[in-house]
Parts: sequence; C-alpha cells; structure tokens
Amino acid sequence: MTRYIVGRIIQAVVVLWAAFTLTFAILYLLPSDPMELQLAAAGIQEDSLAPDQLAAMKQRFGLDQSIWAQYWHHLTGVLHGDFGTSLSQQIPVSDLIGQRIGQTLLLSAAAATVSLVAGSLLAYLATFARWNPLRVFLTRLPALGASFPQFFVALFLIQFFSFQLGWFPALGTEGIQSLVMPVVTISVLTSSVLAQVLIKSFDETLRQPYIVTARAKGLSRSAVHLKHAFRNAALPAMTILGVLVGLTVTSSIVVETVFTREGVGKLAQEAVLAQDVPVVLAVVTIAATMFVLVNLVVDLLYPLLDPRISHTRGRVRPATPEVVTT
Amino acid sequence: MTLVDIKGLDVGYVRHRRVTPAVLGLDLTVAAGEVVAIVGESGSGKTTTANALIGLLPANGRITAGSAVVDGIQTAGASERTLRRLRGSVVGLIPQDPMVGLNPTQRVGHQIAEAVKLRGLAGAAVQAEVLEHLAQAGVPDPELRARQYPHELSGGLRQRALIAIALAGRPKLIIADEPTSALDVTVQKRILDHLGGLVHEQGISLLIITHDLAVAADRADRVVVMQHGRKVEEGDPATILRTPREHYTRQLIAAARPVVPHFDVRDQVAPEPILQLTDVSKTFPVNDLRRGARGFNALDKVSVTVPRGQTHALVGESGCGKTTTLRIALGLETATGGSVVLDGDEISGLSWNRLRPLRRKAQLVHQDPFATLDPKFTVAQSVTEPLVSFRIGDRRSRLQRARELLDQVALPHSYLDRLPSELSGGQRQRVAIARALALRPDLIMLDEPVSALDVLVQEQILQLLADLQAALGLSYLFVSHDLSVVAEIAHTVSVMSHGRVVEQGPVAEVFTNPKSAHTRELIDAIPGRRVVDAA
Repeated sequence: MTRYIVGRIIQAVVVLWAAFTLTFAILYLLPSDPMELQLAAAGIQEDSLAPDQLAAMKQRFGLDQSIWAQYWHHLTGVLHGDFGTSLSQQIPVSDLIGQRIGQTLLLSAAAATVSLVAGSLLAYLATFARWNPLRVFLTRLPALGASFPQFFVALFLIQFFSFQLGWFPALGTEGIQSLVMPVVTISVLTSSVLAQVLIKSFDETLRQPYIVTARAKGLSRSAVHLKHAFRNAALPAMTILGVLVGLTVTSSIVVETVFTREGVGKLAQEAVLAQDVPVVLAVVTIAATMFVLVNLVVDLLYPLLDPRISHTRGRVRPATPEVVTT
Repeated sequence: MTLVDIKGLDVGYVRHRRVTPAVLGLDLTVAAGEVVAIVGESGSGKTTTANALIGLLPANGRITAGSAVVDGIQTAGASERTLRRLRGSVVGLIPQDPMVGLNPTQRVGHQIAEAVKLRGLAGAAVQAEVLEHLAQAGVPDPELRARQYPHELSGGLRQRALIAIALAGRPKLIIADEPTSALDVTVQKRILDHLGGLVHEQGISLLIITHDLAVAADRADRVVVMQHGRKVEEGDPATILRTPREHYTRQLIAAARPVVPHFDVRDQVAPEPILQLTDVSKTFPVNDLRRGARGFNALDKVSVTVPRGQTHALVGESGCGKTTTLRIALGLETATGGSVVLDGDEISGLSWNRLRPLRRKAQLVHQDPFATLDPKFTVAQSVTEPLVSFRIGDRRSRLQRARELLDQVALPHSYLDRLPSELSGGQRQRVAIARALALRPDLIMLDEPVSALDVLVQEQILQLLADLQAALGLSYLFVSHDLSVVAEIAHTVSVMSHGRVVEQGPVAEVFTNPKSAHTRELIDAIPGRRVVDAA
C-alpha cells in the first residue's frame, strides 16, 4: 500500500515538472520577441531606444541570459511561488493570479459537484427506470448534452434566462446568482460525459454473474442495485472523474470570457492574446497542478473502493492446493 | 412429495420481435430429497429451464406456455414479489463460474450474511451462521475466509463460498448450474462429493445442470437428457447407460469415455524430438514488503520432449505450471534456467527479432474459442493474418490458402466472410486451428483446446486434430487438465504438480500403471465410474 501511494506521488511530481518544462519550451519557441511586446505595451518603439538602454532592459527581465539559465531561473522561482512579472501589466504574476483564483476555484468546485451529482443521478435513472420509453430517452440524453459546444450553451442561457426572463445576471461576479449560469454551462458537458460512462458501466455490471448470485439470494431489486451494482459500476467511472474535474478548470477559459467573470480563465485568455509569456506560463502551471492533484486524489481513492488493489494481506498463493477437510 | 412440478413448459427468447423457442413442452418433476440431473449440450435449454424456475431469465426471456410449480407456488407468469420469496429460501442457486460468481468488492462473509439476514436474523447470530455455513460447505478456517475478498480465494474455495450462500437461505432445492466445469477434476470431485453428502444429510433436493453425462450418472437418482429444448430421454442412470433409446443419448455415452489410452508407443523407438525442454526453471519475483523480495518457483527443472509427428501432453491441476511451460516453449516467457531447443535451434534467451523467424515453426491454439478471435475480423482475415504478418504471397494466393485451410478444418468456404459472433464455439475453435496451420508449422501448442466446448463438440475437434496430425505429420504439445481427453489424443505424457514433473512416459504406461500418488489421484477423480460399470 505504502508503495502504491509513494509511487503515485512521485508520478504526480514528474508529470508536473514535465508540464512546466513543455510549456516553457513551447512559449520560448514562439516566433515573438518578448522585448518587443514589452515595449509595445509601454508605447515605445524599439528603434527609438539606444542599444545600451535596450541591453539594460533585457538584463532587468533576464532576457540576456541563455535559455538554460532562464529556464532554471523560472523553475526555482515557481518553486518559491514567484512567477515573475507580467509583461503587459507590469505587476507580479502571483498578485494577478492571487486576485482572481478564488473566483475560478469556486466556479470549478461548484461545477464539479453539480456534475457529479447530476451525472450519477441521470445514469442511475437511465439504468433503473422501469418504463421503457423513459429509459431510452434518458439513455440518449447524455449524448445530446455532450454534443453542444459550451459557448453555445452559455449564449443560449444568457439569451433565455437573462434577457427574456431576467432571472440571472448575464455577466459579472456578484453574488451566488451570477454563479448559476456559468456552473450550468460547464456541467452540461461534464455531467453528460460522466453519465455516458456510468450508464455503460452499469449495463456491463448488471450482466455480471455475481448479480445473478445476488438476485438468487432473494435480495430486492434496489438492494441488488445499490449494494452490488453501484460500487462496481463506479470503478471505471473513477478514472474519467479526474479528467472531468480538470475539464471544469479548463472550461473556465471559455465560460469566464462569455460571462465576463474576473477569473484565471479570463486572465489566461487575455494573456495569450497579449503574448504575456510569464502569465501564460503561470496559468498553465497552475492548471496542470490542479489536474495532477485531482488525479492524485482519485488514484488514492481507488484502493478504498476496490479491495483488489488494497487488500492483499494474508493472500493465499494461487499454487497452494486446496486443503482437504475430513 | 413433489417439490418441483413442470408441465408442458415453453420458454423462448425475444429477438427482433420474434420468439425463438429455447424450451419446448418440458415435463419434469423433482421429489423432496431427490437428486435429478439435466444433461445436454449448450443450447439444449437446460440452463433456461433452471433460470425459468426462479424467474431469473434474461430480460428477453419469456415463459410462453405451461406451468412450473415450485413448492406449491406457480412461477410461470408470477410477479417479481412472489419470485423473490422463492429465491434463496426455497430454491438456492449455485452459479456456473465460481471465478466471477462473487461480488469482487465485498467480503465473502458479508455476501453470505446478506442471505442469512433475509431470513430475519440480526446481530451476532448472523455472524455465527455465516461461519457455520462456510464450515458446512467445507471451507477450512472459516473465520479467516469470511474476512477475505473473493480475489484472495482459490477457485475451489470460491465455489464453496457460493455453496455456503445457497445453503444460507435454508432452501428445499439447490440448483447447481454446471457447478464445477470451471474447476480441476480433483477439486470437482471433492466439491461434488461434498455437495452430494450435504443435500443427503439435510434432505435438500438437488437439480444438477451439466453437459457431462459422466458427472450426472455418478451422482443423480434420475437423469433427464435434453436436446434442442426438448426432453429426449429420462430414467435412472443405470437404465439410461445400459439401454439408451435415443441416438443422441448413445452419442453422449460414447463421449463420456472411459480412460483408455488410444496410442501405445511403449515398445516403439521414439522419433527425433521437435521440441526439447531441458531442466527449465522459472522464478517469478514476488514483491512483498513485509517478507522481503522473494521468488516464487513456478517451474523447477522441468524436462519435456515432444517427439516429431506425435503428441505430448502436459497434465496437472491449475497452478501446476503447465501453462508457464507452454509459454516458455513458445518463447513468450523467458526461462530463469535451462534450455529450450525447437527443431534444432536453441531459443531460450533469443531476442524478439531473432526469435520471430522461428515462430513460423510453432503455433498456438488457445483455450477460449470466444476470446481467441478478433471480433471485428472476418474468418478470412483471421486465417490469413499470419501470412500478412510474414509477408507471404499476395491477396489472391492468400485467399486461395484460406480456402485450403477451411477445407482442412472442414468448414465450408462460405464461412470466409463470417464474423466470430456468427460462429458456434466449435466452429471458432476450427478457425483458430486453421489460423495456426496457415504458416505450415511443424509444431502446434494446444492450450486446453477443448475444455470450453460441449462433450460432443470436443469429440469432433479431437478427431479433427488426430486427422490433421496423420495428414500433415504435425507434432502437438497438448496442455489439459482432462485425462480422458489426453488418453484419446496423446502418445506420451508428463504429469505436473507444483512446478515439477512427477511422472513421465507413454500414455499407455502412465495411465494403466501410475507410479506416483498424484497421478493416481487425478485418474480416480475422473467422472464416469458408472459409465464404465455399465459398459
């Protein structure tokens, strides 16, 4: 068990490092000159500066160093929580993100919870509804939900619930009201994907011979479903859960832009447009961290649900012949 | 007193809005305390009958006519509520495959406790009964086993846990659906003996569903033979065995063959070996933090020789190392020590690339005909895949070869475009054999090639293998736990136990005059004594 946990944690750290390095490499290879962007943001033409002024500025941002030195500088900085200075806004990236990350975390936590509950509920109803037309309808529903693009869902919600009915604000971050439509937008996709996986998994589980054993005992329908089918069916869905929670984080880019919410997603979108390398690097690193953490939690939850991973103590060696009792 | 009374029962499966009949006009009774066996091949309707009795037919199963009264309650057309009262407390079910019959995420004790609690018990009494039922089912150390999960138990112990679940409802009838076909012969014998003793002691009726007439004849008071959904013959085992009326029953009796070695090579000079394993050992690393890294000896100095043009069989219980031996002989697994010589070439320790040309000489046929073929490949694609892989011939010559191969395994050419799902188990195994023949190998390794098939189909496949050997001069390395199959096809045999060869020699010698206690135990466990007595 300890081996399993330590292994997973090491894996998580390696993935994080790889994500950071890859992002750094891609951003470095982009055909743009950070110096030029920098000056453009300040409204200065590069040609108007004297070579020594330019050199001084380069030195200030560490751009005169070799790529390895820059990489090392960034990596050690990130480990200390220092992401450098935004090229376009001239303030520390950590401050920029600190102001906004709360909004985004709230949004994705809410969306993840709603997706989990809605997805499971839909899968359960779709599998166990007794009236056939309803079951068919519920089984088809997730495919529909998964095929709507998020921006479309968002625009539809704004049009209908903000402009026509006036129930929820179309933009802003004020109060719980403003959270409803963004959360719904994200959840439509993630809960549909979760429901699809769960429905398939339920179907498969219910065909297993141990379900027949359980029914032959005389257990009621609901006892068979809840005690024998649910936990086994949830296992394959666990893997997708990590990806889905990560998806709620990345979805914030689209959703925060459409609903004009001051979160990290919107920051990322603006930073990419402005080619603000330190900010993009920081956002990608943070998103990767969230992704890795969620998947680590899922991996650590696995043994709790599946005794085949955790419970191997006192295991009988398969080659041991059966003891004859007299 | 009649416990089960089935009259004129028709059961069918709805497919594409049409009912395909599975059971037709069945009459069957089981008296209290009686042991009845239903014998028939797959598709004969025997399992459908059992499922219909406790309302566990698949969703598309329908009882279309007749009645099935169990303990005074009509089950045909009964509500789920009525059927639930019957399940467990009146009729207990021991399902087919013990490896997948238990919920993998619940402790064994818990799964038995569920059945006990349904009788209205609660508290400490439940745990006491769980242990009692496990002990009754013949599980040693029930306290430990009750705390374990199914994956920590061997197949035999899982089967006993399933018996404990069936007993926990205190039923009047136990239905055992192919109760032991997934188990080794020795374990099978112990479990069936035990189950027989239990039902006798407690006065429970037993309905055995099996494809093996030998198993049925050894234990039942009455045997019912089913074919294509109809009862074709019924009577006490001795009468049926001595004076079978139906051709079908005679075939089943012939298939329940006594162990009479077919080949006798005792006084012959053995041909040159095609495959020779010398002192092959295999140690698997076992990672266990508490006990430190320690190897598990799967094979201990195993020496096996396959003579050219003949069949050498590896027999033994599961876990004895026969499959590992086969995998090493194929070069799929690397031996820890010893040498493997295939047709004059040493293959142990060769890299994948060096080994690949040698693979043409030895091919494999798997145990499970349902998993061995790619479900998306047509028969033609499956059979010609080895040719494509070794870049032999062009499209036209490959198709020609595929036709030849189907001729060799006696399948019509029209099957070339079929998918595995459109084939029966025996037909799939024929395709697998055709695929193994595609590269014209000298040696074919057969890993339990018939153990997943019905007895009559087994017979046909064994005949096919024998014919192919005679026609093409093939050598076989034949892995099996079924000694009667081995007796029929093999020239020489190695009996394995715990990674060692305990006895070796011509089949005619080893089977008629076994030297080791282990071989004797394996031979004694073969069902069909009554068949032999009646002959």
